[in-house]
Amino acid sequence: MNSLLSQQVPLVCYLLLSAVLFALGIVGFLIKRNLITVFMSIELMLNGVNLSFVTFAHQWHQVRGQIFVFFVMMVAAAEAAVGLAIIIAVFRARATLAVDRIDLMKL
Amino acid sequence: MNGYLHLWLIPLLPLAGFLINGLLGRRLPKPVVTAVALLAPLASFAIVAVAALNFFWHIGPFASVLPYTETCPIAWISVGTLHIDFSFVLDQLSLVMLLVVTGVGLLIHRYSVGYMAHDEGYARYFSYLNLFLFFMTTLVLAGNALVMFIGWEGVGLASYLLIGFWFQKTTAAEAGKKAFIVNRIGDFGFLIGMFLLLANFGTLTFSEIATKLGQDPGWTGGVVTVIALSLLLGATGKSAQLPLYIWLPDAMEGPTPVSALIHAATMVTAGVYMIARNHVLFDHSPFALSVVAIVGAATALFAATIGLVQNDIKRVLAYSTISQLGYMFLACGVAAYSAAIFHLMTHAFFKALLFLAAGSVIHGLGGEQDLRKMGGLRKKLPVTFWTMTAAVFAIAGFFPFAGFFSKDAILYAAFQQGTAGKALWFVGVVTALLTAFYMFRLWYLAFFGESRSPEVHAHESPWSMLGPLVILALLSIGGGWIGMDRFGSFLSAVTGPTIDPATAAGGKSLDLILSAVAVAVALVGWYIAHSFYKQKPERPAKLAAAMPGPYKVLANKYYVDEIYGATVVKPLMLTSTYVLGWVVDKAILGGSAWLLGGLATFAGALLQRWQSGNIRSYAAWLAVGAAAVLLFALVPWATFLANFGIHLTMAGN
Amino acid sequence: MGTIDNSILTLILLVPLAGAILVALFPDRAKLPNWIALLTSLATFVLTLHLPFHYDLARGGFQFVVNKPWIENPAIAYHVGIDGLSLWLVLLAGLLAPIGVVASWNAIHSRRKVFFVLFLIQQTAMFGVFLSLDLMLYYGFWELSLVPMAILIAMYGRKDGPKAALKFFLFTFIPSAPLLVAILWLYARTGSFDFTTLQTLIAYGQFPAGPLCWVALAFLFAFAVKVPVFPLHGWLSDTYSEAPVALAMVVAGKLGLYSMLRFHIGLFPVQARAAAPYLIALAVIGILYGACLALVQRDFWKLIAFAAVSHLSLVVLGIYGFTFIGTSGAIYQILSHGVVDGALFLLLGVLYDRYATSQINAYGGLAGRLPRTATLFVLTTLAMIGLPILSGFVGEFLILSSTFGGVSRGWAVAASLGVILGAAYMLWLVQRVFYGPQSDLVSSKPPDDLHLGELALLWPLAVLTLVMGVAPSIWLPTIEQGVHLPPLITHSGPGFVTLTSTPMGGLR
Repeated sequence: MNSLLSQQVPLVCYLLLSAVLFALGIVGFLIKRNLITVFMSIELMLNGVNLSFVTFAHQWHQVRGQIFVFFVMMVAAAEAAVGLAIIIAVFRARATLAVDRIDLMKL
Repeated sequence: MNGYLHLWLIPLLPLAGFLINGLLGRRLPKPVVTAVALLAPLASFAIVAVAALNFFWHIGPFASVLPYTETCPIAWISVGTLHIDFSFVLDQLSLVMLLVVTGVGLLIHRYSVGYMAHDEGYARYFSYLNLFLFFMTTLVLAGNALVMFIGWEGVGLASYLLIGFWFQKTTAAEAGKKAFIVNRIGDFGFLIGMFLLLANFGTLTFSEIATKLGQDPGWTGGVVTVIALSLLLGATGKSAQLPLYIWLPDAMEGPTPVSALIHAATMVTAGVYMIARNHVLFDHSPFALSVVAIVGAATALFAATIGLVQNDIKRVLAYSTISQLGYMFLACGVAAYSAAIFHLMTHAFFKALLFLAAGSVIHGLGGEQDLRKMGGLRKKLPVTFWTMTAAVFAIAGFFPFAGFFSKDAILYAAFQQGTAGKALWFVGVVTALLTAFYMFRLWYLAFFGESRSPEVHAHESPWSMLGPLVILALLSIGGGWIGMDRFGSFLSAVTGPTIDPATAAGGKSLDLILSAVAVAVALVGWYIAHSFYKQKPERPAKLAAAMPGPYKVLANKYYVDEIYGATVVKPLMLTSTYVLGWVVDKAILGGSAWLLGGLATFAGALLQRWQSGNIRSYAAWLAVGAAAVLLFALVPWATFLANFGIHLTMAGN
Repeated sequence: MGTIDNSILTLILLVPLAGAILVALFPDRAKLPNWIALLTSLATFVLTLHLPFHYDLARGGFQFVVNKPWIENPAIAYHVGIDGLSLWLVLLAGLLAPIGVVASWNAIHSRRKVFFVLFLIQQTAMFGVFLSLDLMLYYGFWELSLVPMAILIAMYGRKDGPKAALKFFLFTFIPSAPLLVAILWLYARTGSFDFTTLQTLIAYGQFPAGPLCWVALAFLFAFAVKVPVFPLHGWLSDTYSEAPVALAMVVAGKLGLYSMLRFHIGLFPVQARAAAPYLIALAVIGILYGACLALVQRDFWKLIAFAAVSHLSLVVLGIYGFTFIGTSGAIYQILSHGVVDGALFLLLGVLYDRYATSQINAYGGLAGRLPRTATLFVLTTLAMIGLPILSGFVGEFLILSSTFGGVSRGWAVAASLGVILGAAYMLWLVQRVFYGPQSDLVSSKPPDDLHLGELALLWPLAVLTLVMGVAPSIWLPTIEQGVHLPPLITHSGPGFVTLTSTPMGGLR
């Protein structure tokens, strides 16, 4: 049973979009200096993955993919909460959000 | 039958004395300490005396005959095939030895009560002395080599403790340590001997070894020689023979009664006793016997020459002891074991007396030991003088003093042993000459002429000290009257038959001629000493000035200590410090450990660069890693490589 | 057997562990941790005393065995038991525990809680090593015995604790890694960690010879470092210098030596025989090397460390001589060394406590100031240098005589030379510390001789060394039960390896 969606837009478009989103996320994560932008890039990657999950779930008629998306969204929400809190804490402590300056994890 | 004779009490009573005085001595009143200290040897001596009465004259309760063995029902060491008992044996040999040890020991204990009366460590001193008696009687009574080894090491320990009794003195502590370590070298020989006995005979019990040797006449030379020589090494350590005699002169740092008991009368004779005890082994090895004889003769002469020029009264006596022990070894070397034991006994009397008398002199002079500062003591210390005189005549070998009989027996036995024996006899006679000279030298220097330190007011010792002197003087005079013949036949059950002058080559007349020669030689020695130190006291200094080289060598004891120091001690310490300590331990072993550690640190330093702390570099690596994994998983490597003729197969398939 | 017999070993393991937990729970106030540790270690010692009285000598073998499956996959079992080999070692560990606590009573004055928790865990681990009959369980305890030690050395070192701890850590943990791999290899082949099962399987030739050789070597390597055998002793002198007395007295010797007897020779008899010539050579070198270096040390901890190398090498010589008498002597010597070294550490600890230096030069003439210390020190020294009728002699004689008769005369003679050197360095130490004129350091401090508590520890130890020297027959029959010599190998044709029991083993 082909869905309306796939008839209108081919599957590969969804996957391409997902890949583009993910790649944008990676690039953003690697080149952006601002911690908040980096954080947003992570969200972008997550959403890229989410999109591919949904696509495949739809393609294979399995609900597991959808369920995973919920998990990922939940994790992303929690991450946003914790991550932003950390960012605020870091900003208060160091008055900067440039990732290059935050290198205390060095041994 | 023999339920009354408890051999184990002989060593254990002194042990009890040691424990009481050692643990509680500081709290006990002095008379109690004295009583305990004296009762222990007294009781042991009483037991031995009863046994002696019983076995010499058959007056006594025991119907048993010698040898009489006592074994502890529980084995000492019992593992697999190895079984070693605490066993004691009383036979003619150990009986004589025990009489000497406990008898002289008792006298010296008594003497010490006076000598040590004002010492702080009174109780400690007597506890050590009792400990010595415990170990010495164990050594003598031992029925097997390992029990003897208990005593053997134990007397070394007691000697160590007593030499270093005044431990605040560095020299005393050094001397004690030196004695113990040099003795340990000898003990090493004893140990090797025991290992060889175990390996070859499977037992350490003296009687079993003798039986096995007797059963198989094939035991000659070879192994037996090695065993005998190993034991000899042990004996040279304990009995201060060449090359291990160096500890004994230093041992004079101990209190004088200790020198008398341990370093003259009893402990140092343990080597002689051990050889006599194991004489069957030596009998089976002519080579080992000749080594014993040569060691003995060489030591006798060597030590006597050093004794000629010593100025410390105790050191003269120490070298004289070494020399006399050489005589005993010489006797053992010509298989005249009973003569050796005979001399051991008479020597115990007169040498103990010499030391005690010297102690009395030192005591009377307030601690002075230098002969050059004595003189004219004959009048001031009459009892000491007369008892000392008896001892000097005995050691010089004048008839009818004790030393005459035993020395004569040894020289006679040596003379009977062919050409080599004649050479040994000649060395013995020369030694007798030297002995007479240095003993009379001591006698003249100490007791005749004018006092050379008039500011010291010499006083005679109390009778608690003089009593033992008198008893020992009587023994030094009459101790040899029993005669070699009777003494030898009594011991013959243990040490084998002795030569009977009546039937031997040369007959009785040869015996008489040799005796006359020995006495004549002693007279010559006396005469020389008389002319040197009585008539023309300036002569010795002139002689020394005329021959500075030899005098210096003798005065410095042939530089043996220095030679040992330079050839053994120094190289050992230097090798240990530099070669082993620095090169091997620090450089090679430490270095390789450091290298391993360094390698780890280096690898860590390299890897540390990845841990930059920069989040984006982590992320980049993460991305690279993910890409690599994808590349590995998605590309069909196997098919790809197969195009180039490379086939990947899983190991084990 | 009664219920107590079934649970006694478990109790021995649990009591010190419970003590550790109790110390951790209670506050670090005054001497509370000390008292809890003392009571638990005493209780453990009392429990271990149960063993020799209820060990059935006639039956032999492993007794008081508990064998319960613990983890299904991988198949790890809680399998404990003792035989004649481990029986007295357990007792020795039990005896040294309260002594260690008392020795730390005043020496440890800060962070007592941490100290005693780790100390008791270390005790548990030591018992575990001696009791375990499951290789994985054994390995767990083996590692557990190392961790608290390393931490305590780092925390309570005298001068440079962390450095010594690092050295100890590197030297002992690195060899543990191949040991683990070897154990896992055995498991992968058989699906069993059980000691007796593996022993049987190896004896029946279920393993390829090549890899088995490496496995045996991995075992040997780990143990040889822990003993330590000659070139691997680098950690010992630093550890002795830095470790608290209570730990220094248990760190070397018995764990490694026991493991050699049980797990190297016990599991790999063929490989052990092949390795024996090298180990004998290393042991004799170690005896002389340790003695020579002990002779020239200026620090008494280091002196004792090299002396320990010398003495432990003698035990290795006895173990790898593969004679019945020698092995019995070696086991006896482990016990004797444990007691004597314990006493010696206590005494040196007393000196360090009073005078705060381990430089021998600084001392002198102490005998006049501390007569009791001097007496006990001399007594301990004599036991150490193997004076007959003290404990050191019996094992020494058994090892040397059996080496001489059954292994090699040359090595035995060389090893006996250690006897002379042993007397030399120990007596020289005694002389420099206790005799001669009093040094400035000694005369500047008021004399503070052994206290009642110290005397109460040292006199029993002294008496014990005497009893061990006079009546070794108390210990030897049980020890004989624990001696298992590797069978002699006779090659009867290609592919067949026949195992025959050795003549000495049959004579028991």
